[in-house]
Parts: sequence; structure tokens; C-alpha cells
Amino acid sequence: MKNLWFHLMPYKDLPDDFRDEHPSVWVDIDAGLLDAKRVHEHYNDYLDELEFAAEAGFDGICCNEHHQNGYGLMPSPNLIAATLTRRTASPAICVMGNSLALYNPPTRVAEEFAMLDCMSGGRLIAGFPVGTPMDTIFAYGQNPSKLRDRYYEAHDIVMRAWQEPETFSFNGRFNQLRYVNVWPRPVQEPHPPVWIPGGGSVETWRWCAEKDYVYSYLSYFGYKAGAATMQGFWDEMDRLGKDRNPYRAGFLQFVAVGETEQEALELYREPAEYFYGRCLHVNPKWASPAGYQSEATIRAKVQSQVAQAAQASRGPAGAAREWQDILDLGYVIAGDPDQVAERIREVCVNLNVGHLMLLCQFGNMGTDLAKYNTRLYAEKVLPQIRDLFDDQWQDRWWPQPLAERAAPRDLALAAGG
Amino acid sequence: MLREVELTVGGRPVRLWDKGEGVAPPAVFFAGIGGLPRWIPFLDRLAEQRRVLVPALPGFPGAPDFRHLDSLLDWIVQIVETLEALDERPVDLIGSSVGGALAAEAAAIAGPLVNRLVLIAPFGVYDADDPAADIWAQVPGPDSIPNLVCADPETWKQAWTLPEGAAAIDWQVMQSRAMEASARLLFPFGDTGVVSRLHRIDHPTLLVRGEADRVLPASYNARFADALAGEVRTASIPDAGHLPELDAPDELARQINAFLADQELK
Repeated sequence: MKNLWFHLMPYKDLPDDFRDEHPSVWVDIDAGLLDAKRVHEHYNDYLDELEFAAEAGFDGICCNEHHQNGYGLMPSPNLIAATLTRRTASPAICVMGNSLALYNPPTRVAEEFAMLDCMSGGRLIAGFPVGTPMDTIFAYGQNPSKLRDRYYEAHDIVMRAWQEPETFSFNGRFNQLRYVNVWPRPVQEPHPPVWIPGGGSVETWRWCAEKDYVYSYLSYFGYKAGAATMQGFWDEMDRLGKDRNPYRAGFLQFVAVGETEQEALELYREPAEYFYGRCLHVNPKWASPAGYQSEATIRAKVQSQVAQAAQASRGPAGAAREWQDILDLGYVIAGDPDQVAERIREVCVNLNVGHLMLLCQFGNMGTDLAKYNTRLYAEKVLPQIRDLFDDQWQDRWWPQPLAERAAPRDLALAAGG
Repeated sequence: MLREVELTVGGRPVRLWDKGEGVAPPAVFFAGIGGLPRWIPFLDRLAEQRRVLVPALPGFPGAPDFRHLDSLLDWIVQIVETLEALDERPVDLIGSSVGGALAAEAAAIAGPLVNRLVLIAPFGVYDADDPAADIWAQVPGPDSIPNLVCADPETWKQAWTLPEGAAAIDWQVMQSRAMEASARLLFPFGDTGVVSRLHRIDHPTLLVRGEADRVLPASYNARFADALAGEVRTASIPDAGHLPELDAPDELARQINAFLADQELK
């Protein structure tokens, strides 16, 4: 199986009374709370942590895109990924991802992802989320009734731009481009692996199956809430006659590793409560603008237990905020290395997930603790679970880097490792 | 007697309600946000004195297809062709809210199809110094839209009461589809740019507003009044919100009947 280290890049100084005094962490978060000098320090720490995770042996490092968001300081994940191409040697760089409908023209995504793939020597995983309503509808002003059609059209442009051998024209509903011919093109052929972060929508599952993309369920509510969604995904794969290759799927999980269980419970309480208490304080008025959900999804949500569970797991309104509840509900897997390894193995087997994305830094966790968590996971958990699935399944959705890769001048990092 | 027929506009089905008779031109009603899931008492009051025609707007109950409409021009063509599909014209055109935005466009672009114009809290303009409510950023729940668009939310709920034998999920999808259609046309500000076309509307026009409208400020009707080329009268309806046709059917119909019957207007 693959272990990927995922950073959200939260702002760490949201005040204690944030829930009571501020309406939302997202969209209209109070700009007065932001200290750019702190953000400077955050970026330095967070990039250090991503690089540390790469050196510690994680298979991949991930960043993502959020806008006007107090728990996600990455409006442009491509900038973060660009620095990682220079400061890491071997892990996959997973940009999870670029919200396709927000880029005008969408060839911008084809260009920047191609640049990242070339810069990294073919280490890019290309994530294509639709994007949350907060990011797409309210922060970026997209029409909720046209978002999905724009997304699909943008996807078609990017995939053609990477693969068509000659200049072509694209006369679409939303994009008119007379000459499409992106330079550079990706190193990976025919294109970097495509992963789709999604919620629990049947249409997304079907689309991933049809296109042979990875479906990645990025919930903050852990393996218990996520089980129903993953079950729904695999049931749909069965119906479509697809194999149960666990590498078709990705899943996000918070982890908190200590030398002992007691230590883990003590060390990670504060950052977990910070994340679930403050970072997920989103005004519900941003949650469901008319048209964001398709009619099929609305019907499925009413009619299907699976989707109801998915919705409950995504909606932070009723989510737990106290440490014991956070643990009991499985939002965070905490314990000593053996306990965590055993639970992770169980989760990956039960949910049949080959790409596990791990949040080792969360909330206001300091950089030393984030690295401690990362190191313990890499040294003592990872070796216990790394071989899972590999006797049975091949990962067809993993980057294929160049065997010989150039290295930055002053780092002397070994290529090919 | 209420007759229901299906028009075909642009190859797509459009429900048409038809009731009443009279010598005057028929009155056509374009519904407000959410559309009309059923015939409402306001339309009965209007139909006491004239023929009333109610074609469903794209995406509203009675006309499920709307996702082919991308640009404002697509919407205008759809609306003009709906009016052209009626068996009598010109018509006295009454539009409320979302329907008001489309009625104004029809009058501006296809003036000869329209005799007199009634605009009830029409969308179409936006003023950052006097902002409209953000109808797309509402806390989910059964009360949020009724509380926003009606002075008395019960009037909305009455109009949307599940008919016997209907599936609740179909009803819910119909409502969310109607809200999506409004977003497709008007997101994010409700500003269609109609101000630049209002000088083309030389029809006698009645501009109406519910005094308790929580969606659009009073200044928006004034923007219309300032820019319209024809004679303009104004009316405000007490105890009514954004959709006076639900909140105050009798008073709204009385004002409209008086306006349409006024022989002094040219």
C-alpha cells in the first residue's frame, strides 16, 4: 500500500472564542485575525514538515486547494508543489488538486501540472476536484448551476491538451480556444495519474470507473464515518464489473502516534480539539447553494443510507469537538505505533483502500510535534503495513518518474531513490 | 374553469395554465422565485375580470428543462418564444421577482408582444451600497426560503403543501430545481444588466413592491422607475414580502386590476 503525507496548512492562531465570536472559518473569515508574519513562519514550518515527511520515507506528499479558508493556507497548491519539486528527491507529489472550473482558461492547469511533472521528473499525481461550495461558488463566484458542466469541460480540455499530438481548437460551451498546444507537456505518458477527490456521489464513482481514475474520499471524520461511503463505492465498482483493486481508492485519515498510548492521548488532544472545534467552524449557509448538488445526488441522499452517512460525515454542524468523542468516532487514530499500525491495517483492509493519505499535522500542532508524529509513523508504523496488498494487486495509478533525474545544484539529493 | 395544456417551446415542454375570459388582452403571469407548484388564489382574483395565462418558466414547476440555457440571450429567446406560442397577443405581462426580470427583458427586446407591463419586485439590478439578500447563501432547512421570501412563511408552505399521492422526493427535487434555475439566471447578484435596456420599454408600467420584502431593497424598484421610458405607476403592498402574490393576493390583484383597467394610461 501507499502512505501519503497530507498537509492542510491551517492557520494556528484562531482565538479561543473563535466559535462564539466569529461566524465562519471559511469564505468571510475575519481578515483581522490574520498576521502575515505568522503565515510566513507557518509556510516555513509547513514546507519543512512536508520535506521531513519525504525524507522519513512516505511514498508521497500531498497539498490541496482552498480559498478564503482559515484551515487551508493554500489557495495555490501548485506554488507549494513547485517548491517541493526542488527540495525533495523521490516521493510522489500529489496535488489534490486543482479545482478545474476555477481556472480560466483551463489550459492553465494543463500547463502548470505539466511544469510540475517536468520539474519533478515525473513525480506528479494530478488531482481534479470539483471543489467545495465555499471555494467554488462563494469565494470564486462560479454559478452553482453550471459548475459541474464547466468542470467536465475543463477536464476534457486538460486531458486533450496533454495528449493531442498537434495544435487543436476547442469550441465548447464555456471555453472557446482557437489554438490549444500547451508547452511543456508532462513527462509521464500518456499523462500523470489522475485522482479525483470526491464526496459520496454515485455519479463521481461511475465517472472514475469509466475514466479509470482513482476515487479519493477526503473526509475529516475518519474511517468509521467513511466506511459507508467506501462500501458504496465498492458496491458500485462491483455493479460496473470493475475489479476490487484497492489502488482504485484513496482515503484520508488523521493519525496521532506516541511512544505509548498515554503519551499520544496527552500530546495530540489540543491540536485535535483546535481542528475540530475551530477549523471546522463553517457557517452552514455556505454548505448547499441551489444547483451545487445534482438532482440524482439529492435523490440518492434522501433515499440511500450510504449517502446519508456520507452527508453526516461531511457536515461539521453536528461533528464531535471533544477529544474523547473525536477518538471514539474514529476521526483520529491515536496510540502507540503498534496500536496505530494494527488499526491502519484494519482500516485499509476493511475499506479496501490502497492509497492512504495521512494527516500527521493538524490544527495548531507545533512543528516539533508534527515531525515527531511523522517520524514515529515512518519508523514504526509504516514498516508494519507497507507490504499490504502488494502480493495481490498492482498500483496502476502511481507516478512513473524518469529513471535518471536531474538534482538541484546544492542539495546533492540522489535521484532514482 | 382552469385549463392546463402543454406548449412546446424550443422543442421542450412548458405547462400553460389558462383561466377566465374578457374583452381585454389576456394577462400573462411569470412567477416569482420558486415558481408555482399549484394554482394560487391571486390568479383567481385576476381571472375574475380577464383571461389569465400562466406559462411555466424554465426550471420552475411545469417546465423541467433549463440546463440548456447558458447565456442571458438563451433565456430571453426562450421567454420571447413562450410569448409567441400563446394564441393571443399582445398581452398584459405581469412578472414577479425572477419572472419580473424575464418580463422586463421580454418587454425590452420584443416590445410589440406586450401591451402593459407589471413588474413586482423584479430582479435585474444590483447596488453594492444597498445590497440585496444573498438568496443562495441560506442556512439549509425547511424554513429558510419561506422566511426570506414571504412576510408570512405559512403562505409559501401552503402553496408548497405536498399533494395527496405525490412523492415527497419529487416535490423536493422540483423545488430545488426551481431554486437552481434562478441561480443559473441570476447568480450571484441578480444583476442581468437590464438597466442598459430599460430605455426600450415604453409600455405603461406598474412597479409593485411588498413593503416587507426581505430580498430586494426598495431602491431597486426606483432604479427601474427612473430608467423606464413609458409612464410608470408605483404601488406598495402592506404586510407582503418579496412574493406579494402569496402574502397578499387580494390587495395585489386589486392594484393590478385597477392599473390594467385605467383608460387614462397610454
